[in-house]
Amino acid sequence: MNDAHAAHAHPQAADDPSSDYEPLERAIRELLVEKGVFTAEAIQRRIEAMDGLTPANGARLVARAWTDPDFKARLLEDAAGVLAEEGYELEHSPTVRVVENTGRVHNVIVCTLCSCYPRMVLGLPPAWYKKKAYRARVVREPRAVLAEFGTALPADVEVRVHDSTADLRYIVLPRRPEGTEDMDEDALAALVTRDALIGAAPARAPEGR
Amino acid sequence: MIANGARVRVDDRFHAGHHRVPGYLKGREGVVTACLGRFPNPEALAYFRPGGPPLALYQVRFRQADLWNGYAGGPADTLDADIYEHWLQPLEDRP
Repeated sequence: MNDAHAAHAHPQAADDPSSDYEPLERAIRELLVEKGVFTAEAIQRRIEAMDGLTPANGARLVARAWTDPDFKARLLEDAAGVLAEEGYELEHSPTVRVVENTGRVHNVIVCTLCSCYPRMVLGLPPAWYKKKAYRARVVREPRAVLAEFGTALPADVEVRVHDSTADLRYIVLPRRPEGTEDMDEDALAALVTRDALIGAAPARAPEGR
Repeated sequence: MIANGARVRVDDRFHAGHHRVPGYLKGREGVVTACLGRFPNPEALAYFRPGGPPLALYQVRFRQADLWNGYAGGPADTLDADIYEHWLQPLEDRP
């Protein structure tokens, strides 16, 4: 199974689990198993592998980029190469790109055509990311959507929406919060939420600051 | 090849089947900010046809104020989309 649009372009199913797609999916899956195209065990292994991917993977990459300028430069230049070195299975995946939030530019990710997401690193997307409301609104009123996530941005910051319409998937490198100079990588990684990796929210501020 | 910095317009055309370009960008003008490589045509892959020869994929940056009437955000706000070459028309440079 790959992450191509054709393979999962069913946002209706994501919005409404009782839709016709559910019995359709079951019928096709059972037929393919019956015909020996793949086994039920292979599907189960694939689901377990996907469930093993979480936003914590992205958080570790971000924490390392915050503390290691060379790693950050390579991550921004060639994320797919770095991820392959880190042992991620990218062979049948779209390419990955990391975009950096700065004091000047705030990036936020969406897929308006379906729900493309860097699953090969972060696992499954949150439900809201697949909803039509987010996909339609974040491209035309990104600041209003970001405000609903608690993310208020000054007018002079450029909000840059990435509509991942093709063969690339995007991960946001959030800004390092202030007051974290003495924190190690593990402590920093705990500040990087899934929403921060999508650009919907900033990284968390450290406790008690 | 379309050079970085070139102005392009997204074709406003229709064909039956899968369109790998968002409708809200059709007919809009932007600037190429990167070539992202070459990929099989997803509009053929969608119907299990071979997608070759690979198409150049470009990152195109649009000004939000050009996309939406009465855009309420900042004047510098942008939107990047990844668009295959067969949807892009290079425009003459204008002062």
